[in-house]
Amino acid sequence: MAVDRDTVIRVARLARIKVPEGDLDTLAGELSNIIGWVEQLDEVDTAGVDPMTSVADMKLRWRADEVTDGGIRDRVTANAPDPQHGMFSVPKVIE
Amino acid sequence: MTALTDFTIAEARDALESGAVSARDLAEAHIAAMEAARNLNAFITETPDRALADADASDARRAKGEALGALDGIPLAIKDLFCTEGVMTTAASHILEGFVPPYESTVSGNLRAAGSVMLGKTNLDEFAMGSSNETSYFGNVENPWRRDGDNRPLVPGGSSGGAAAAVSGRLCLGATGTDTGGSIRQPAAFCGIVGMKPTYGRCSRWGVVAFASSLDQAGPMTRTVRDAAILLGGMAGFDPKDSTSTDMAVPDFEAALDGGVKGLRVGIPAEYAVDGMNPEIAALWDQGKAWLEDAGAELVDISLPHTKYALPAYYIIAPAEASSNLARYDGVRYGHREDGADLTELYENTRAAGFGTEVRRRILIGTYVLSAGYYDAYYLKAQKVRALIARDFTQAYEKCDVILTPTTPGPAFAAGEKSDDPIAMYLNDVLTVPASLAGLPAISVPAGLSGDGLPLGLHMIGRAFDEETLFRASQALEDAAGFDARPAQR
Repeated sequence: MAVDRDTVIRVARLARIKVPEGDLDTLAGELSNIIGWVEQLDEVDTAGVDPMTSVADMKLRWRADEVTDGGIRDRVTANAPDPQHGMFSVPKVIE
Repeated sequence: MTALTDFTIAEARDALESGAVSARDLAEAHIAAMEAARNLNAFITETPDRALADADASDARRAKGEALGALDGIPLAIKDLFCTEGVMTTAASHILEGFVPPYESTVSGNLRAAGSVMLGKTNLDEFAMGSSNETSYFGNVENPWRRDGDNRPLVPGGSSGGAAAAVSGRLCLGATGTDTGGSIRQPAAFCGIVGMKPTYGRCSRWGVVAFASSLDQAGPMTRTVRDAAILLGGMAGFDPKDSTSTDMAVPDFEAALDGGVKGLRVGIPAEYAVDGMNPEIAALWDQGKAWLEDAGAELVDISLPHTKYALPAYYIIAPAEASSNLARYDGVRYGHREDGADLTELYENTRAAGFGTEVRRRILIGTYVLSAGYYDAYYLKAQKVRALIARDFTQAYEKCDVILTPTTPGPAFAAGEKSDDPIAMYLNDVLTVPASLAGLPAISVPAGLSGDGLPLGLHMIGRAFDEETLFRASQALEDAAGFDARPAQR
């Protein structure tokens, strides 16, 4: 399926990436090529095949639901671009 | 005596044990080599002070008779995808520039606990997305090899291109890589070294910057098969912090090397002999078959019928997982931030500025194939095809013990040669991706030179968690190939 300009805008919005106007046509072309190429999978008969959702044939392990660490606020926020009062900060979201 | 930078890990281990060299001697020699080879751009961050401190600690342990084992005092390079406590970790992305992890990845921590010496963090394709190391925010890596009579720079392969260049160029004795679709094996082939991707679950993914979590696997990059066995022994092991880490004992991989291949059944998959295959690669593959047969192995024709669908399935699954994993880069908690009028605009501006074009392209593809109305047609379909690819291998291993193929469709290419066509670039991984999708261990061994003097690799794929047989077969291949060519710059 061809990916058009509007689809690129929609997908970029979903992915939270601002795409400059001038890149839209190029991206639409590139994405169309790649999507067109992967569509060769339609040739494969997958009727009755279960999707592979786990590489290893394993059950997920359980662990006790307990607090094992904490009290490291300054380490958690150490790499934040704009920490304030020991917290992450974002633009105002509630007027 | 051999130059210290020409040692293998095994030779350095023996020299350290006998007292012929100190860890400090090794560290100083490699720091000098690393600094002299900055033109290769193999490292994003050099950590010479840390290396000397590690080396001195190693020498002090050894003096007290408390040496820790094979890796104690061995200078290594760590791919800049492994979080290292207190040392900047970027994934070669602007969005993580300046990020200093407050914790250590399990694999690099294992190597640290084994006494190894960290020289620095190696360059890679941004978020490990690439096959030529041309997508790094910190610039291209150069391959230490050149074509005969041609001094134009060549790519080292990717994504572990800095690691491959550093090992090949004698800037370290070994390096960690990560492999999602071929990111250890393809650069190893391009740079004339050994690169091994173990079974999915063998090495912990904890603390490794995530690309595609059902495919990512760490592994060793070295100059010999023996060194790969030693280094993997130091990296591997069960880790409760990685939910897909396998709770199995780590075998003595080095002890498996000398078993020989007498009676070993080597599968030759018909589907890998694609039309238009580079004749040099086809000849090398034939040579590899002959070598193993001469060493006593039995060649078995096998079929992996869904091989041609592996790459398109991969280019749905890997971007889908990437689009999900990379959602965490929001400009709020760590990494680069671009301001915006509101929160959504902050996200959009941050991610537009922080991600390079290849990463952006893959996030958009991944988002598209996971979006409402397309999920079944693309993502679910790819997961079903992936199941068929895994089944192909299971059926093949009823008839054989390991599988032999070439590693890459051709030798290293020049910078810029394939960067305009994403699909041409993706085709680099056509021979390595099937084993990734099936989660199987696989290795590239340098086996010969192209007509213009560039290294070529042979690729072997093993059964899940049977790295020992894979190492044994690789040793036989390495012995027969006797590959001793050296790069132009070393």
